[in-house]
Amino acid sequence: MSGGVEIPVRVVDVEQATETVKRFRLAPLSGEALPPFSAGAHVVVTMDDHGRRIRNPYSLIDRAEDGSSYRIGVLRVPNSRGGSKFMHENVKAGDRLVITMPVNLFPIVRTGRKHLLVAGGIGVTPIYAMANELKRRSAPYEIHYAMRNEASGAFIDELRAAHGDKLKLYRDDMQEFVSVSEILPNQPLGTHLYVCGPEGMIEAILKGGREAGWPEENLHCERFLAPTGGEPFSVVLQRAGITAEVRSDQSLLEAIEEAGVDAPFLCRGGACGQCETTVVSCDGELDHKDHYLTEEEHASGKKIMICVSRLKGRELVLDL
Amino acid sequence: MTIQFKSETFRDDFTFSNSPEAIRRFPFPFDKDEYMYAVNIEQHMPGPIKSPYEFPIDIDEHYVAEMRDRALVLKEDPLRCQSLPHMLTAEWDLVELLMESMAKNYPEHFELTREGDAWHWINRPLGIDQKFTFGDTSTLPYPPMEYITRQCQGDFCLCDQRNDDLWMDAGIVTTQADWSLDFDVGMSFKEWHGPVPLAHDIGVFDRALKFLLNLQQGRPVRRLNWTMTINPRLDTSPENYHKWGIDRTTVTPENVGNKVHLRVELQALWRLPRSNAIVFSIRAYLIKMEELVTIPKWGRRFHRVLRDLRPELADYKGLTRFRQMTVDYLAKHDDGAPTSPGFFPD
Repeated sequence: MSGGVEIPVRVVDVEQATETVKRFRLAPLSGEALPPFSAGAHVVVTMDDHGRRIRNPYSLIDRAEDGSSYRIGVLRVPNSRGGSKFMHENVKAGDRLVITMPVNLFPIVRTGRKHLLVAGGIGVTPIYAMANELKRRSAPYEIHYAMRNEASGAFIDELRAAHGDKLKLYRDDMQEFVSVSEILPNQPLGTHLYVCGPEGMIEAILKGGREAGWPEENLHCERFLAPTGGEPFSVVLQRAGITAEVRSDQSLLEAIEEAGVDAPFLCRGGACGQCETTVVSCDGELDHKDHYLTEEEHASGKKIMICVSRLKGRELVLDL
Repeated sequence: MTIQFKSETFRDDFTFSNSPEAIRRFPFPFDKDEYMYAVNIEQHMPGPIKSPYEFPIDIDEHYVAEMRDRALVLKEDPLRCQSLPHMLTAEWDLVELLMESMAKNYPEHFELTREGDAWHWINRPLGIDQKFTFGDTSTLPYPPMEYITRQCQGDFCLCDQRNDDLWMDAGIVTTQADWSLDFDVGMSFKEWHGPVPLAHDIGVFDRALKFLLNLQQGRPVRRLNWTMTINPRLDTSPENYHKWGIDRTTVTPENVGNKVHLRVELQALWRLPRSNAIVFSIRAYLIKMEELVTIPKWGRRFHRVLRDLRPELADYKGLTRFRQMTVDYLAKHDDGAPTSPGFFPD
């Protein structure tokens, strides 16, 4: 299996945290303790929707002290191609799922002198774990958590209980926004900033950091993209000698897996680079959506990240 | 299976030798009759029974003697073991990895009992019985990495991952092939690989770094590296070059079979769970030419590899002074017959 070690789990608890967010507690089927993880890590959850396999990455919120469970939080996305919808509508306590070992693409920089954690909406899930780890290590930190309104703040109570006045809330409905010009000045040298949330928020925070003269290596973000659907097209796997259809509700990677080819992956969110694939030829235009390849690589048309990107056109030939 | 631990030395009178069983399980690093760099990384999966790959951490007949030698090195030079303050979590991760692996695979020698954070570790070969609190450094006689690596064969480096690079921020290095932790500590992946010739030009380090940054928990990898050492000396460090550098001039056609050793490093890499750091283990195995040629395939093959080795590599590995004498010795054990594919003896 090209995505790493898999762990079969059972859903032991489902909690409706807000109208659109559910929290799932997952326990290992084997009864062996789940491995500890470093804050910021995610797992890829495999769902089986009547034979259609969907795989989505979700950040780990926490792990029971004795390793008996992990928690993940899932936002219901209206236009998703089915993963979050499936988790919300079909997954109940007692159901089985399969997760990968934790992977961390959004780690805390351990040499940092102080840590500014900025979360928007469901982007709070990795931030939640990071705040707990920083607290455990007695490291200086602040949490800035933005949400639509109080009712959509899925983690307010738990965060407030654990972190007290280190937590600052921002509510859209109160015209409160995380303002870079307020949180960045007067931070000690060696402070690191971490942001996870909607794309626009990430861009604004990072831009503000750069303009304030922060070094690039002190600014961190996680932009998991849920792969979106799109127009269907054909994919030819040249080495395997297989042609498959990519349906509108599938990612390219999922269609390749459905065709029986074991392609490498880690994050399934366009961030890690593991699924970089060589394009042999394409009849149409590559629709790059990842954050891994450079602009030049995108323009060259020679590489594609198959977890999130697609083809706008008829047929894509890959070196797989 | 109970291992018979040998009493032997890696300095002064150099009484180290391999038993016939240890010779057969030697991790011979050449699967062809020639050698060039490659990113020869493979999954660190359990290998053949009795091979050094059978278990994640290999304990062998040299265990007790090697641990004694490590204690001597550390006594003379405490800087062989260093850890930057942000690596403490990774140190504890290493304690868990090594204790779990040793206790699981060598239960007659090591025992680990865990009740939450209350751990109990028994090391019979070294006569250690230690109760401690996992995560609480004050409950161990040494810092966690030093504590467990004084009880485990091989050097260990802990690499922090940040800014898409690896940083050698902690380690214990007492059995090294002429490199220094004290010099490299705090360096990035490409900095500490700076001196290696040829490999940069063919992009080995770019690919290796990219691969390692995505190394997954539960999916350790390994590779073999090799050089040669005069006398069975584990501590061939730059710090002690004045003690061993001169050994290279002592090889004669009469003593070459006894003095010249193939030194193979079994290098393994694990992603650590709590710290997201990577542990890089470097386990050195030594075999003298007289022992090597008792496996006819290895005698033939190593003769051909050494004879045809590119001069830059021979220089970098420090073989130039005694290479020809060793090739001449091995030539007598190479009848020109074809060798079978793969590493293992016929």
